[in-house]
Amino acid sequence: MSHSVCVISTRAPYSGQSAREALDTALVSASYDIETSLLLMGDGVYQLLQGQEAGDIPRKNLAAMLQVLPLYGIDTIYVDQLSLEERGIRPDALQEGVTVLAEGQLPLFIQQHSRVFNF
Amino acid sequence: MKFALAVYGAPANSQAPQSALHFARAVVAQGHEIVRLFFYQDGVNTATAIAQPPQDESNLPEEWQQFVQAHNLDAVVCIAAALRRGVVDQAESDRYDLPGHNLRKGYELSGLGQLLDGALMADRLITFGA
Repeated sequence: MSHSVCVISTRAPYSGQSAREALDTALVSASYDIETSLLLMGDGVYQLLQGQEAGDIPRKNLAAMLQVLPLYGIDTIYVDQLSLEERGIRPDALQEGVTVLAEGQLPLFIQQHSRVFNF
Repeated sequence: MKFALAVYGAPANSQAPQSALHFARAVVAQGHEIVRLFFYQDGVNTATAIAQPPQDESNLPEEWQQFVQAHNLDAVVCIAAALRRGVVDQAESDRYDLPGHNLRKGYELSGLGQLLDGALMADRLITFGA
């Protein structure tokens, strides 16, 4: 049986290590040649904001780290539209390579994967 | 049914390891199988040997270790998350020239691939503390 993995990342980029450790999970999954999706929900949508200057905190720039995903065969990052709206974030404030999912699309989207990792 | 359990919260700031232990006991009691325990994020602190809660409170790392050893479970602690948070075994302590080591017996430091592997082996992955 061929598996597919959905990694759901729900924390802001510099709130602890959760965003980084969710990303690592997606990268490991993809490096095993498992079809892998990364879905950002809740405060996780902040991970994609352009213009992050994490060096001042000092942390590694998470948006830059997300840009390695295509090298692992993850060509798009899925984002929950409702989470964007609740936070007043317009899709054009996000970096490129993003697919916005409407609320009604989420259940089917998640169901399409055989394994789901929540962060 | 085969279960994999992932624990992301630490004993001192999350109910996750306690809930996971209750769940794990129920899994075993009902005749199911735990194919992997994976401690990730702050959950790695569950495997420290040098936390000492007050005498009149439960010692969760101790209880978890007893459960792991009693049932001979495959208990993996994410090595990257553990090193970041100060949970190391003898080998990592030597490698980085650290002043000590504190990983409880019965646990193994290994990579995140073991979380993936566990999830794929199991019928259900149950996550605590996400």
